This record gives sequence, structure tokens and C-alpha cells, in this order.
Amino acid sequence: MFGFGKIRGGVHPETHKDLTAGRSILQQLPLPRQLHMPLSQHAGVAATPLVGVGDRVLKGQLIARAAGSMSANVHASSSGVVSAIGPIVAPHPSGLPATAITIDTDGEDRWVTLEPITDPFSMDPDTLAARVEAAGIVGMGGAIFPAAVKLRQGRRFEIQTLIVNGSECEPYLTCDDHLMQERAEAVVDGARLVRHIIEAYRVVIAVEDNKPDAFAALTKAAAPHGMVEVMTVPTQYPMGSAKQLIQAVTGREIPAGQRSNDIGVLVHNVGTVFAIQQALRYGRPLISRVVTVAGGCVQSPHNVEALLGTPLRELIAACDGLKGSPARLLMGGPMMGQIVPALDTPVIKGCTGLLALTQREVNAHAPAPCIRCGRCVDACPMGLVPLEMARHSGVDDFEHAQEYGLRDCILCGSCAYVCPSHIPLVQYFEYAKGELKERKQSEQKQEYTKRLISERAARLEQEAAAKAAAKAAKKKKARKSRSRESAES
Amino acid sequence: MNTPSELALRASPHAHDRSRVDRIMLQVCLALTPATLYGLYLFGWPALFTFITVCLSAVLTEALCLWLQGHSLNRLRDASALLTGWLLAMSMPPWTPWWLAVSAGFFAMAIGKHLYGGLGQNIFNPAMLARVALLISFPVQMTTWVQVAPLGTEQAPGLLHSLAIFLGTDTIPDGYTGATLLGAAKAAANGGSPVSELVAGQYSLGQAFVGNTRGSLGETSELLVLLGGLWLLRARIISWHIPLAMLATLLVLAAVFHSIDDSVYLGPWFHLTSGGVMLGAFFIATDYVTSPSTVAGKLVFGAGCGLVMFLIRSWGGFPEAVGFAVLFMNALTPLIDRTLRPRVYGRDRRGKAIHNVSARKVN
Repeated sequence: MFGFGKIRGGVHPETHKDLTAGRSILQQLPLPRQLHMPLSQHAGVAATPLVGVGDRVLKGQLIARAAGSMSANVHASSSGVVSAIGPIVAPHPSGLPATAITIDTDGEDRWVTLEPITDPFSMDPDTLAARVEAAGIVGMGGAIFPAAVKLRQGRRFEIQTLIVNGSECEPYLTCDDHLMQERAEAVVDGARLVRHIIEAYRVVIAVEDNKPDAFAALTKAAAPHGMVEVMTVPTQYPMGSAKQLIQAVTGREIPAGQRSNDIGVLVHNVGTVFAIQQALRYGRPLISRVVTVAGGCVQSPHNVEALLGTPLRELIAACDGLKGSPARLLMGGPMMGQIVPALDTPVIKGCTGLLALTQREVNAHAPAPCIRCGRCVDACPMGLVPLEMARHSGVDDFEHAQEYGLRDCILCGSCAYVCPSHIPLVQYFEYAKGELKERKQSEQKQEYTKRLISERAARLEQEAAAKAAAKAAKKKKARKSRSRESAES
Repeated sequence: MNTPSELALRASPHAHDRSRVDRIMLQVCLALTPATLYGLYLFGWPALFTFITVCLSAVLTEALCLWLQGHSLNRLRDASALLTGWLLAMSMPPWTPWWLAVSAGFFAMAIGKHLYGGLGQNIFNPAMLARVALLISFPVQMTTWVQVAPLGTEQAPGLLHSLAIFLGTDTIPDGYTGATLLGAAKAAANGGSPVSELVAGQYSLGQAFVGNTRGSLGETSELLVLLGGLWLLRARIISWHIPLAMLATLLVLAAVFHSIDDSVYLGPWFHLTSGGVMLGAFFIATDYVTSPSTVAGKLVFGAGCGLVMFLIRSWGGFPEAVGFAVLFMNALTPLIDRTLRPRVYGRDRRGKAIHNVSARKVN
């Protein structure tokens, strides 16, 4: 059945999902000699290392602790010896270094003692949320927002609908699709667990209608439980964006500036729900994930279950290597993914895909002037006017760019995808958003400095007044005593 | 492989729907081809000379302007100058002398486009701007409409004679020219005689639609222009909003006034099949650069074009009004684009956050 909401705009890119169709997830990758575990694989502050160079670590051992509420734990994904803690090439297009713990694996792949829970449904939701937090789980669809934070936010609101996001609207990517097909029972179990934690009334697993196998598998797995609805949503990019998916499933929009909680909805990715199930049922921390390795330059595209920290090179090798030299190497999907600076960079928690694309697939051209065709306006799922936003951002007129919708832009790239002038619209918007953020921060800093200065002035004044008062009192006292003295004499 | 150059910092998306500006422009040219060929057949060699000269003048002026601004001449490949020249040639009298054809292309590109900053920057449709400027400057030459004289027929001038007419060394023979039907209707109305008689005498819906009438290349075969326009709709180069709003507004207004007094006001079908209505609705008003970019804006723009056209045709001083109407609405486009924007997700029409039934906080 279909949800009743229709989403605005959007695009229908060539899916290329057939590249990995009918090929089950490769699970037994050779153990890499070295694993690089970045301390920052999540939205918040980098985690604090708990191990030193030379320490022996076991598979699943906590090696870096979350620093603050928005941070996430990092666990060793195999056993071995910590050989370095220092900069590696970050899985980020800048190619700037990021701190990581490097483990030389010992080949034994020995686990720490895990603490499985036999009946999580009998346990207190807060305890379960704490377990999810301890397992270091973040949004696996690429959002990398700590899952426990979301669960706790959900507990503070009355959640009517929990949506498990299985839409996977990015071209090429099939990791969620395969997870749903091959591990449907675990996904349904995970959905029920999340429902138990946030006490939602209704659970909907939303799957795009181009994944009939996943839909069938989930429907079958959900049948005995009765309360998990499996729903198809139209195949349309960016269906996987939380705002659009909520609209498609519930027919409601999140008011600007608010969160999905505020309208009683919580969205979790299929991969996240699976990881939560693994953590709660078996006590397994997040140390591996399914990654789609595809693109026209990959010999035999597959979904691969890879240990976090595995160099991307090994994933390519597991898929029989590259053919030709790729025009672009990406982490994530082609619509929102980022360029990977080198194949030495490791698999991280938010890595949904590794794509090696040909020139033809990327189809990049030099940008030409905007001809105001308005295709971007039609494609924008948020109802913005990208051409005007870009025009104003281009001359640093951020006020007007905001007015035409910059603040509501979700950076989905639908506009740039259809632009016949090949204008890098998302690049403009990322730049403008960055500048605005910086300005706001410097404004706040200025405010803060101003406040400090005025507070200091007030304090000095107070002190001076107090001093003057004390002086006056002293004088008075002195005068008094003098007069007493003179009276005595 | 990625190099640590600018490529490495390229933002997403890393995929594209393969559309390109030059492809769009060439597709529009292709859509114009049947009507153009038919028009060239009807008006013979002099028309071909005019057509080629206007297009060439536009393209060469574009090249000159690009060169003067220090841009790469590769930009000529976007074919936008060719399209402007083409549309301009289709809206001029078919037997235009060479100097007028050259000035037309020059004016459209230099004044109409590059003075504003080039592709995408102009407020007014360059082809219409040039046509209207020339119409006001050279009213006689720009309203010299020759008889239909298909190639190979007795009336058609030969190649050398055509060249002489084009170069101005020979004059157009007497009796070869006349007013367009719209012009005749305007003259009749000004003279106080009922237009209904004229229409009854000279107008045939079928003839007008197929195009065996005096007029510019783009005015002759409404049918072929319409077919080209429909193909553009199907190819999703243009959307239906502007043409439909424009034609519907014209049709409704004409129908209403015609039913009030058919001796003064021309009928709706006459309006729709004469002059450059179809060319205007599908090819001129839909110009991306000078028309609004939102759906609501397009509807208002189209309706405005229809309204202004009807006003000028019925009460204005000129018989034909597509150019004026489009230019007038072009001037309003920035205002329309500012006012009529899509509703933003999570906000109301005014941009305020919507009030949704919010979830109760548990604690």
C-alpha cells in the first residue's frame, strides 16, 4: 500500500542498482593487516582514546570514549596491538588529516566477552538506550547522528509513528536493500526494539517501490508480530530524506525550525535499526557495516560487510579490483556522497557506499551561465528557488539567499542534477551556509566579548564605589576617633 | 583517479541528467524547422537570403561581443545566438532588404543581450526587442508584406532577381505587397467599416491555419508552429503553463467581446490563427531567460501576454501585438518572480513556520 503524502519536486536519476542485484552480501573478507579507527565518525566531538600505543586490544573492546553527549564510542573491530595513534588521511574530500587509532591485527579476531540480553523487551527502555549509547551506534544512512541521543529525544515526546527508513533513494546503493532482504527478521526485531524504547504507537518500515524483494521479505518477517507495518513509497529522490519520507508516510510536514519529534515522528535508518538489534540482542558494539561497492569501474560490484577501519582498497580488492581508472571515487551515493581523497582511507560508520565512477557516469561539464530555465525550481523537494539562491550566494549576498530559501535547503542536489548549465549549485549553498555559520559564530563571540567588557566595567564601577564607600567610612571613623581623642584630651 | 586539485573539492551531486544548454537550444531550432522550411518555400529565394542573413548577423555579433568581453568563443556553441537569430528572422517580413536584416541581428545580440551582460542576464526577449525597435524605426520596410509566391510558381522571382531585391538594387514589383489580414482588419476598424464583412470576405480558418497568407515566416503556418510547440512540450523543453494561459486568455477575451459586438471585435478563432500567436505562445513567451521560473509565475505571465495582446489588437495603434505583449510582460517578470514563489516545505505562503499539531512532551 502507498502512503498518502505526495512529495514535491524530486528527480528520478538512473538507479544503477542492478549492478549489485541478485548478489548477496560478501561476508568473509580477508582480515586486513591494519585497521584505522578514526576518533570522529559521528556528528559531535571526537572521542577520547582509552588505549595507548603497544596496548593489546580485543575485538569489540572500547578503545575511545564518547566526549560529551553528541559524541560516540569507538570499539576495536578486531583483536591486535595498537601501533599508532595519530593523523591519517581523513575520509573527507579535503584530504586533511584526522586522528585515528591504528591497530595491527593479530589474525585471531578474538572477541571481548559480550553480554547478550535474552529478553530485552522485559528491560527498562532507559537501560536499553544506555546500551545503544555504549555500543557507539550512529545514524548509518550517512547522517552519523548518535542513535542514543535520538532515542532519548524520542522518549521525551509522545511518538505516534516510528518510521524505519528503507527507502534508499541514492543511485547505486543497495546495502539497505540487501540488509532488508537477507536479514529481514533482525530488521523487524530491531524495529520492535526501538518501538519498545521510545514507546511509539505505530511502526512503519518504508521501502521504495523499486525493492519488491525487500518488501516481500520484510512483510513475511513482520507478519507474526502484527504491529510492524511494511509500506511502499514511490521511487523518487530524495525520498530517503527524513522530511520527505515523513511527508510521504504520514502526510504531514515538519514545521520549519522544528524536529520530527515535535510532530510525534521519529525516523531511523534500516542499518541503524539493525545495529541496535545486534547491540541489544547479542551485546555487539558497532564494529562492522554493509557497504555497497559499485560503479562502472568496479570489476564485480557487490555489497560487502566490512569491519570499520578497513582500508577502502581492501573492499575494491574483494570485488576483483578496478577496471580502468575511475573519474571519481566516492564515499556514499552519487547524489550526496563525497569525494574520497585516497583508497587508504578507512571504512567509517557512515560509509554507505564506495563508488568508482567512469567519466560517462559522472557526466561533469564546465559550468555555463544560468539561463533561468527553472528546472531547479521544479526539482527542489523543499519548494525553494535554487537559481536565485545561487545568484545571491555567488556575490556573498547571504541575506537574499536566505530569503529565497537557503536556510531550508537540505543540500540534496536535485537542482544541480537537472541543471542544463551544469552550475555546481550545492557547492554555492554549502559555501553560503558555511559563511553564515561563521558569521553567526563571530557575532556570538562579539556579543560575548561585549558582555564581558560591560560586565567588567560594571564590576570595576562597583569595586570603585565599594572602595569609595570604604574610604568614606574609614575617614568618618578616623574623624570620629580624632574627635573622640580631642574630646578625651 | 582523483587528484588533489579543485576536482577533489567538487561538491555533490556526482551524477547528472545529461541535459545541456546547447542541446536545449538546438532542440528548439529543430522544432522550428518545419514551419521555417514551409515559409521559405512559400516566399522563395528572397526569404532564404533574409533568413540566412539575420541568423548570421546574430551569430557574428555574438562572436564580436564575446571577443570584446574577453570570453572564449566556445560559448558560441551553446547555440543561443542562432536561436535568437532564427526567431527574429521568423518574425520579420520575409523579403527584408539586407541592411535591415543585418541591423536586426546586430541589435538583438548587441543591445538586446550583451549590453545586459550576455546569456541569462537580459530582461527583454532579444528577438522581440529587435523586431519592435526596427518596427518603430523603419515602419515602411517592416510592414512590407509580400504575396505568397511559392518557389517554382510563376510569381516567384528567380535567383538573380531575388538577389537584386535583397540587395536593394531592384524594387519589389507593384502588386506584390499588401497588408496582413490583421492589418486589413485594423484599417477597416479605424475606417469605421465592420470587420465582420472583411473577415467574411477574406478569411478562411483553414487557410489561415495552414498558412497561405501574407505575413512573416512565423506567422504563416500556425499549424506547423503549433506542431513544433507540441513537440517541445513532449520533450519537456517547455511546460504547458505559459502557452495555455496565453492562448486561453486570448480566446476567452476574444469570445466575450466578439459576442458583444461582432462588427468591431474579431472572433476568437481569427485571433488564434492570425499573426504570430502560436510562435509567440510556444517559442517567444516561453524563452527561459525572460519568463518567470515558477509555475504560478508562468501562469500569470502567460495570461498577461494574452491580455496585453488582446488590448493592443483591439484598441491599440498596431495591428499585431505579440512582440509588444511579450516585452511588456518581460518587464514584469522580475516582479512576478519576487512575488510568486513556491510554498516552502514546513512554511506557509508567507514564509512563516506552519503550525502543526505538535506532540505532547512526556516529561
